[in-house]
Amino acid sequence: MNVLLWVVYPYLAMAVLAGGLIWRYRYDKFGWTTRSSQLYETSVLRWGSPLFHFGVLMVLIGHIGGLLIPKSWTEAVGITEHAYHLMAVFIGTIAGFSTLIGMAILIARRRLTGPVFAATTKNDKAMYVVLAAVIVLGLWATVRANVAGEGYDYRETVAPWFRSLFYLSPDPEVMAGVPVGFQIHIIAAFALFAFWPFTRLVHAFSAPVGYLTRPYVVYRSRDPRPGLRPTRPGWEGPPQLPTRNRD
Amino acid sequence: MRVMAQMAMVMNLDKCIGCHTCSVTCKQAWTNRSGVEYVWFNNVESRPGQGYPRTYENQDRWQGGWTRTRSGRLKPRAGGRLKKLLSIFANPKLPAMADYYEPWTYDYEHLLTAPAGDDTPVARPKSLLTGKDTKVTWSANWDDSLAGGNEIAAGDPILAKISDTVRQEYEKAFLFFLPRICEHCLNPSCAASCPSGAIYKRAEDGIVLVDQDRCRGWRMCVTGCPYKKIYFNHRTGKAEKCTFCFPRIEIGQPTICSETCVGRLRYIGLMLYDADRVGKAAAVKDEHELYAAQRSVFLDPNDAQVVAAARAAGIPDDWIGAAQLSPIWDLIMRYEVALPLHPEYRTMPMVWYIPPLSPVVDILRDTGHDGEDMDNLFGAVDALRIPVDYLAGLFTAGDPAPVTAVLRRLAAMRAYQRRINLGEQPDETIAEAVGMTGQQIDDMYRLLAIAKYEDRYVIPAAHAEQAHRLEQLGSECSLDYEGGPGMGGSGPFGESSGTPAPIDVENFHMLRNRQTADSSAAPDDKATRVNLLNWDGKGRPEGLFPPKTDGGEA
Ligand code: SF4
Ligand code: SF4
Repeated sequence: MNVLLWVVYPYLAMAVLAGGLIWRYRYDKFGWTTRSSQLYETSVLRWGSPLFHFGVLMVLIGHIGGLLIPKSWTEAVGITEHAYHLMAVFIGTIAGFSTLIGMAILIARRRLTGPVFAATTKNDKAMYVVLAAVIVLGLWATVRANVAGEGYDYRETVAPWFRSLFYLSPDPEVMAGVPVGFQIHIIAAFALFAFWPFTRLVHAFSAPVGYLTRPYVVYRSRDPRPGLRPTRPGWEGPPQLPTRNRD
Repeated sequence: MRVMAQMAMVMNLDKCIGCHTCSVTCKQAWTNRSGVEYVWFNNVESRPGQGYPRTYENQDRWQGGWTRTRSGRLKPRAGGRLKKLLSIFANPKLPAMADYYEPWTYDYEHLLTAPAGDDTPVARPKSLLTGKDTKVTWSANWDDSLAGGNEIAAGDPILAKISDTVRQEYEKAFLFFLPRICEHCLNPSCAASCPSGAIYKRAEDGIVLVDQDRCRGWRMCVTGCPYKKIYFNHRTGKAEKCTFCFPRIEIGQPTICSETCVGRLRYIGLMLYDADRVGKAAAVKDEHELYAAQRSVFLDPNDAQVVAAARAAGIPDDWIGAAQLSPIWDLIMRYEVALPLHPEYRTMPMVWYIPPLSPVVDILRDTGHDGEDMDNLFGAVDALRIPVDYLAGLFTAGDPAPVTAVLRRLAAMRAYQRRINLGEQPDETIAEAVGMTGQQIDDMYRLLAIAKYEDRYVIPAAHAEQAHRLEQLGSECSLDYEGGPGMGGSGPFGESSGTPAPIDVENFHMLRNRQTADSSAAPDDKATRVNLLNWDGKGRPEGLFPPKTDGGEA
C-alpha cells in the first residue's frame, strides 16, 4: 500500500504530466490558451485574478523552498528551525489565504456572471474541483497542524521523500508517519498534476518570461504553407519571362 | 539603409457612401464564427461619432499606441515589459464587451413553432453570450449617419478636443464615413505588447498577423493597438485581427473589402521603406512632425540607389516594378493627397486616407454657392474651421496645414476638370495655385475619379515557387492557413481546440462529434448542425433536415 501510494502513484502522475504536456503541445497548440473571460466581466476579475495568481505564485515559491531545499542547507546558513518555521507559517498563511480568497471570488464570479458561466465547460468545472481540493486540503492541513497542534515539520519527512523521487530511489517508509491531512493533500496534488495537461491550466507552462528580453516588434518570414510540397527539380513555379539580372 | 516592402492601402473618403458592403463581405470571409460575432475586422464609422469600440480614440482612457519617454525613446503607452507582465492577470485597460456591443441573434425558431393564436409571434433578441433574452442597445454602427444626434456624437473624442462652440453646431456642419481596417503599422504596438511574441510583421510584405498556435490569450495586444483592431475571440481565447486578406494578396488579388467596395475608393499597392529609419521617425518630438517623419521613411522606387539596395535586400524584380507603379506612392508622395490616420499614436500606420472635400462642397451648395468654383472652394476651406480642424484631429495630430493643403488640391482638381467638362480651355493657373501642373492634375483625376481596377490595385503575387495544393485549393477554408484563425473541429478543451481537420475529413465525418460540452460555448446540438459550405451535394448528411417525426415526411 505504501509503495503504491508513495512510489507508483507519484511516478505515474508525473509521467502523465510530462507525456500529457508533450502530447498537448504537439496536437493542440491552438487550444493552449488562458481562455480569459475578462471580456465578459472585468470589475470582479480585477480583484480575484491577481489575488489568486500572485497568491499561488507565492505558494509555489514556498513549496519549492520547503520541499527542494534540504533542511541542512538552511541551517548551514544560520536559519534556525524556529525562525524558518515562523517565517514559513507567516508568509505561507498570507499567500494561502489570498489564494483561497482569490479563488473563491473567481469561482463565485464564474457561477454568477451569465456569460462567464455560459463559457464554462465540463472540463473547467472538473478542474476547479480538483484545484480547489488541493488548495483547501493544503491550507487545512497546515492550519490544523500549526494552530490546533504544536506544529508539524514536514521538512523532516515529506521533503526528503519528495526529493527521493527525483533521485530515483524513492523512500516510501517516511511517508507512513505523516499526518493524514498532509497525506491527502499530497495525493490530491498529484492528481492535479496528472490532470493538468488536459485542462486550461496549461497556460501556466507558457508564462511569457521571454518577453522581458526580446525586441518589441517581431518580424517573421512567410512560412511555407502546411501541405505544400517542397520545390522539385523541373518545377520552378509558374512560367516567367526570362530576366537578365535575377540572382 | 534596410529596404523593406510594405503592402499598403489608401481610401478616398469623398467616395464612401457608408454602405457597409466592405464590412459585410469581410465578416462573411473572416468573422462569421462563434466567438467573433462582435468582431468587425472592417468597420465603417460615421464621423463625428464615437467609433467602434466606443471612444477608442481616447488614449487617456485606453492607453493604446506608443508614448515618447523623456529620453526620447518609445515605449508602449500602457507600460513597458515589466508592467505588462505584472498586470497580466487582469489587464486594467481592456475594453469590455459592452464597449463593443453584446452580440445577439433572434429566436427565429419561435416564429415556426409558436402555437396558433391571436397574436403574431415575434422573434425576440437573444444574447449570444448567455443565450438569454436581451435588449439590443448598441452595435458596431449604432450611431450610423449621426443617428442619436448630439447626445451620442458628443462622445466623439476628436470632437471633444475641438472647442465647445464647435460641438454645439457640428451636426449641421458635416458628416462623412470612415471605413477602418487594421493599419498594418510599420511600428506595430500590438506586436510590441504581445508577451508571447505571437504577433509578427511579415518580412516580405509587412502584413501583421497573429500566430494562432503561439497566442496564449494574454490579451495585452488589445490594449496595445490604439485603433482597437485586435479582437479577442471569446470562445477560443485567442486574439484575431485583420489579415489584409493575405491568401488573396499572395496571389495578386485585392482584399475582399477593396474588391467589393461599392464606391471603388480603395487603392492597394506596395511601398518601399527604410526599416532602419522607422524607430527614429516614430519618436520625433513634435506630434505635428509625425506626418512628415513617416513620409521620410518611404523610399523612392524609381531611385537607382534604392532599386539596388532593394535587390540587395532580396526583393524580387517584379516587386520593385510593382512598387514603381504603386498608386499608394502616387497618392502619398507624388500628389500628396493621402494622410495617415492618427499619426500621433506613433505606430506608423499604413492605411492612409484622402480626406473628404464633400463637407466643404456640401456647405457651399447648401448656402447657394457654386461648389465647383475654385475661389469659392479655396475660401471655404480657409473659412470652414470646423471640418478642417476635425479632419486635422483625425489625420495630422491636429495640424490644420497639411489638411488644408490636401483639400485645396482636391478643390483645384474639381475646378480644373469642370472647365474641361464644359469644353473650356484648361486653366493652368488653377494647377499652379496648388503647386501642380495641369498634366499632374489630369493624372490625379484619372487615378481618383476614373479609378480603373488595374490602376487601383497593383499587387505582385507572392513568390511561393511551390506547387499548390491544387486538389484542395477550390474548397479549402482560407482560415486554416498559418496565421489564420483556424476553423477545425473542436477538441475537449473548448471551442475549436485541437488541430484543424482537413476539409475532406470534415466532410467525411460530416461534422459529427464536433462538440461534447454542455454549455452555449459548445451547444449540444452542434453535432447535428451542417455547414452547407462543406457539403458537396452528395448524399444526405445527418442533420440536413430536421429529424423525422412520427407519420411526417422529413
Ligand atoms: S493597427 Fe494593426 S498593426 Fe497597427 S497596432 Fe493595431 S493591430 Fe497592430
Ligand atoms: S464598401 Fe466602400 S463605399 Fe461602401 S462603406 Fe465600404 S468603403 Fe464605403
